[in-house]
Amino acid sequence: MNWTLFAIQFLNGLQLGTTLFLMSAGLTLVLGIMNFVNLAHGSFYMVGAYVAAAVYGATGSFLMAGAVAVPATFLLGIGVDRICLRRLYDRNHLAQVLGTFGLLMFFNELVRVIWGPAALFAAVPPGLEREVELLPGMAFPLYRLLVLLAGLLTGFVLYLFIAHTRLGMRIRAGASDRGMAASMGVNVSVLSMLVFGLGAALAGFAGYLASPIVAVQSGMGDPILITTLVVIVIGGIGSIRGAILASMLVGVIDTLGRVYLPSLLNAALTPATSNALSPAITSMLTYLMMAAILAFRRQGLLAARTG
Amino acid sequence: MLRPRTVAVAVVLCAFAAVPIIAATFAQPHYLTVFGRILIFAIGAVSLNLVLGHGGLVSFGHAAFIGIGAYAVGILDTYGIDNGWIQWPLGIIGAGLASLIIGAISVRLSGIYFIMITLAFAQLLYFLASGLTAFGGDDGMTLAARSFFGSLLNLNNQVVMYYVILLVLLLFLLFEQRFVTSRLGIVIAGIRSNEVRMRALGYATYRYKLIAFVISAMMCSVSGLLLANLTDFVTAQYLTWGRSGELLIMVLLGGMASTFGPVIGATALLLFEEVASTFTEHWQLALGPLLLLVVIFAQDGIWGWLGGREKRRTG
Repeated sequence: MNWTLFAIQFLNGLQLGTTLFLMSAGLTLVLGIMNFVNLAHGSFYMVGAYVAAAVYGATGSFLMAGAVAVPATFLLGIGVDRICLRRLYDRNHLAQVLGTFGLLMFFNELVRVIWGPAALFAAVPPGLEREVELLPGMAFPLYRLLVLLAGLLTGFVLYLFIAHTRLGMRIRAGASDRGMAASMGVNVSVLSMLVFGLGAALAGFAGYLASPIVAVQSGMGDPILITTLVVIVIGGIGSIRGAILASMLVGVIDTLGRVYLPSLLNAALTPATSNALSPAITSMLTYLMMAAILAFRRQGLLAARTG
Repeated sequence: MLRPRTVAVAVVLCAFAAVPIIAATFAQPHYLTVFGRILIFAIGAVSLNLVLGHGGLVSFGHAAFIGIGAYAVGILDTYGIDNGWIQWPLGIIGAGLASLIIGAISVRLSGIYFIMITLAFAQLLYFLASGLTAFGGDDGMTLAARSFFGSLLNLNNQVVMYYVILLVLLLFLLFEQRFVTSRLGIVIAGIRSNEVRMRALGYATYRYKLIAFVISAMMCSVSGLLLANLTDFVTAQYLTWGRSGELLIMVLLGGMASTFGPVIGATALLLFEEVASTFTEHWQLALGPLLLLVVIFAQDGIWGWLGGREKRRTG
């Protein structure tokens, strides 16, 4: 076994994991606090990527792109929450699923109207497109490394915020018992709006980071949304620590499966078949994991401490 | 005095029955495909509503059963078995077995967990289908021949195909009408409104929910059998989660509380798509907010709206 290749792919897996974590952190809190299913969460990722690509294309400054994209998605999240989603808080999950499904359609079409049907490709910022040698003989793209670090840093800051600040404490209180938190004087309505905006901004940040390495196109948020749902179910709905663990787990399994399964399957199948089958089997593996969690350990790997 | 709901049912069914005549009169044979497709999704929505509206089980994975039906036709067809008497029962039994396994694990759960686990299983089957490149995968595969039912029924004739679809829908509607008043149907409705109480009354609620789930899935697979035959095409795209979402939309749009509502919902949604896409390619820009409005303001769907006018007139 080639350990250098393994280490590089492991890092790639962690990098996918950080994207998933940025997505799932917001979604799991929204689901945990407001008991609200938001299928439009992937749209914030998409809008973040589009805004970032557009601003980067116009100004040539990647930092500027982030400085616009993240606040833009934060405001978009708050706006969407105030205008329509708050009306769905007290409704059943079916209404929430369908209402946000409608929003998702709207945003997918909106970006097509604004930016056209063709995918946008943003370049990796100059100076960051080279590779760095982490260990002798082990080169890794600098940009991907920075994405990984930025994601980890954000995760750490988020953890400090949730676990060690007063506002974070209120959010946790809301997640574990909304009614009790409200009766203890927490303004849950404002709290949920902030959490919604924060979640949207994190998703937008993930989209911003991903914009130079993926094709920015309509519907790009949909597959990542479904994977994010897998992550938060595996981690435990409402649990930030669970989201960290599960996103890294899913990211690494997904990446390593895609790389190593073809060679494993090659023994039994023709190369063409195993190349087609292995991404399918890898994806199936994550869903199998999700189904197993739901069947045997519904609260997830690291359950939010609810009553 | 005729009630609006009765009128709606009669008008919709008569209109569907008249489609082949209109298509022939105006020499627009593609009408048969368009409306046949609408009827097929109406069948899917009616099947889903058996567990959704009557049983309160929000399945976010019913597209998987459409897929199983379609692939039963597609896979057997690739091996040269185009006999419908083999294809169709195998497809229905396949969906029954799959839903028995999926349901056995899923119906223990409720709320968000049930939505998520049905989604997970449907995604599992979607990725299986997209990985099976021998049978088209995501790009799809054209059927060599439609299901063969002897000289009795020639599905290659598009008019016959259309009326078979319509007949299946009518049979399903009659079945569901009886199901609602049957013992099983009443127990299911009881579970929807209060499962704990039903259990306290001594009903093995798990078993009832599972049976309803399997029946619904087997019905849904029939729409897959028909879809593969009508379009002469099988693809993994039939199993995407967006499809499952569309089925839910059809049921909610039409009205969950009724047997006929999903037919109206499927017709309204797909006709809107057909008509709006001739005006603009950006029709989803209108559909999304429209959906949101329906969800927020018209919880009982079109069927409930028809009933509301009825109440006002008599009261």
